[in-house]
Amino acid sequence: MSNKAIETAGSQQAVITNNEDIVLEVQDLVVHYVLKKSVVEAVNGVSFKLKKKRAIGLVGETGAGKTTTALAIMNLVPNPPGVIKNGKITVCGKDILSMKPHQLEKIRGKDISMIFQDPMTSLNPVMTVGDQIAESVRLHEHVGRKEAMDRAIEMLELVGIPGERAYDYPHQFSGGMKQRVVIAIALACNPSVLIADEPTTALDVTIQAQVLSMMNDLKEKCNTALVMITHDLGVVAKMCDEVAVLYAGSIVEYGTLEDVFNRTMHPYTEGLFNSLPKINNRHVPLKPIPGLMPDPTRLPPGCAFAERCRYATDACRAKKPELRRVSDTHTVACSRYDEPGFSIEGWRHG
Amino acid sequence: MDKLLEVRNLKKYFKSPRGTVHAVDGVNFTIERGKTLGVVGESGCGKSTLGRCILRLIEPTEGEVIFEGENILEAKRKEMKKLRRDMQIIFQDPYSSINPRKTVLELIAEPIKFNKIIPNATELDIENRVLELMEVVGIDERLINAYPHELDGGRRQRIGIARALSLSPKFIVCDEPVSALDVSIQAQILNLLRDLQQSMGLTYMFITHDLSVVNYFADDIMVMYLGQVVEKAPSEELFENPMHPYTQALLSAILIPEVGANPDHIKLRGEVTSPIDPPDECRFAKRCNYVTEGCRKGTPPLLEVSPGHFVACHCIKPGGINTLKETVFDEPKEACPCPPVEKSESN
Repeated sequence: MSNKAIETAGSQQAVITNNEDIVLEVQDLVVHYVLKKSVVEAVNGVSFKLKKKRAIGLVGETGAGKTTTALAIMNLVPNPPGVIKNGKITVCGKDILSMKPHQLEKIRGKDISMIFQDPMTSLNPVMTVGDQIAESVRLHEHVGRKEAMDRAIEMLELVGIPGERAYDYPHQFSGGMKQRVVIAIALACNPSVLIADEPTTALDVTIQAQVLSMMNDLKEKCNTALVMITHDLGVVAKMCDEVAVLYAGSIVEYGTLEDVFNRTMHPYTEGLFNSLPKINNRHVPLKPIPGLMPDPTRLPPGCAFAERCRYATDACRAKKPELRRVSDTHTVACSRYDEPGFSIEGWRHG
Repeated sequence: MDKLLEVRNLKKYFKSPRGTVHAVDGVNFTIERGKTLGVVGESGCGKSTLGRCILRLIEPTEGEVIFEGENILEAKRKEMKKLRRDMQIIFQDPYSSINPRKTVLELIAEPIKFNKIIPNATELDIENRVLELMEVVGIDERLINAYPHELDGGRRQRIGIARALSLSPKFIVCDEPVSALDVSIQAQILNLLRDLQQSMGLTYMFITHDLSVVNYFADDIMVMYLGQVVEKAPSEELFENPMHPYTQALLSAILIPEVGANPDHIKLRGEVTSPIDPPDECRFAKRCNYVTEGCRKGTPPLLEVSPGHFVACHCIKPGGINTLKETVFDEPKEACPCPPVEKSESN
């Protein structure tokens, strides 16, 4: 994305949210993974803002740059090979990317927490779950062992696990309960921002429903803002107020849940909806998006989606689309909207 | 009715140090030629074990698998090898189910050579057959000498499909064939499988945990819980009129990608219980919101409650007699979404 395009995007998003209650702001984030022979352009100019108690869904397929964006917000991008080339990330007014490691330690887990996808591997197998929750409390709130453990038991009960199980080890819990423990750790110090990276992908449907409901309740109770990273549009519909659709490291469509789901503008978003079976009508044929996501080491000069897009013109392949404003809350990156009267066919409810 | 496959009282028990795991416990069903049976259930319900038992990739403990009128569990090794040409499987994980050291050509040629599909074949005959199959499943000709690591998940799954098709089977077990793929690729593969079914008259057993996929893809759906079938019905009937409390909870937990389309799901108590030496009672009783004293007395049989609709529940009887009544529990359900359960197994 050219610098000019980024400026346009930045100024547009300033309109979306005024500054009160903004707990997370990502501006023009560019993250590359520099390898021996090539450079993976994982994130190319992502900007969004999040207010207190709100939830934003970062949606996209494998390789869209969702997880890299999340890691950058925590300043956890593995370096090498990851390099944050550009961008500014502000959490509760603090500039994350310019912080020293010891400063970051104070922020992580306190102002901002993260839940990882796989609950089976993100817990320490040789520590009781109570100790793992208490560890974070002791680190950030400088309380004694006993007090921290009390707090841990309280947290466990909050996520629906009986307090007496604080002295059990992770292997004694099922997958859904482990994910609850992970959530308890993440929320133990009342973070302002919680990043959840595919928190329920590894779980069964009925357990997923339980965990998501619980996260919704806790978000209200703890005043936490939520960044939900997922490929599942159903999870977004249940959990999020705002949606950013990512494709090849850029936001292609950004708006409120209603904007993106009911007034879909970008051909890729439309393609995602058309790829999903409709639960109410099993006879609607699936319309898959043809082709594959471009190689992130060789992104095309124009619109990254052009090759798979049924609306694409030569102009799309030549020039990167800018994020354009559709309404106060809705932006889309598609050059076809330069033409007056252009519209996609739209996604109709089955 | 043209039955291709009939499964009678199939059981698979695994011995473990802590007791016997009842992975598949008395499953009965038939699949008609050219149809798709969807098998759904949560992890550990025995759906994959069932798929593998039918192909004898795992030897069942008890029961009969009748394929085109012949009980394949009695087939000798040589006969089994022949039968496998008719019965194939597509695996879940395209990243680990194919040999990374073989090229696309070698991978697809392997089953053709092993089963001597083309009599007196030369290398050229085989290559031509492989190219034909690659076209059928939609892999570019230029990738014939590529290795799996050069391909994405969707293309690898296409190799898996080409390998299964290379033997011109009649029946394919699809074990979560699209779970590891992105939505846009998932739709490509589902459409491919559906086209192949129509053009080649294939019969599928489609194992998945994704209910919206199975609704789109299957003619009949069988819901499994802890090794047993709890409900079986034509897809539309099952989605419109789910009867078993577990099926109802499962369907209510589907997240629909529409604004405001996800009201609260039915809350189940606890989590999936252990399949090790389960007591002789309804296996869902511990989680059921409608549990009664009677539910603890014996395993409920799978009964046809209305034409084509089978349910295994002590409270639902043929003729639409439904005595489900919400049970009042001692502890308030709302306060804690997950009341004390026995320590469940780690996965």
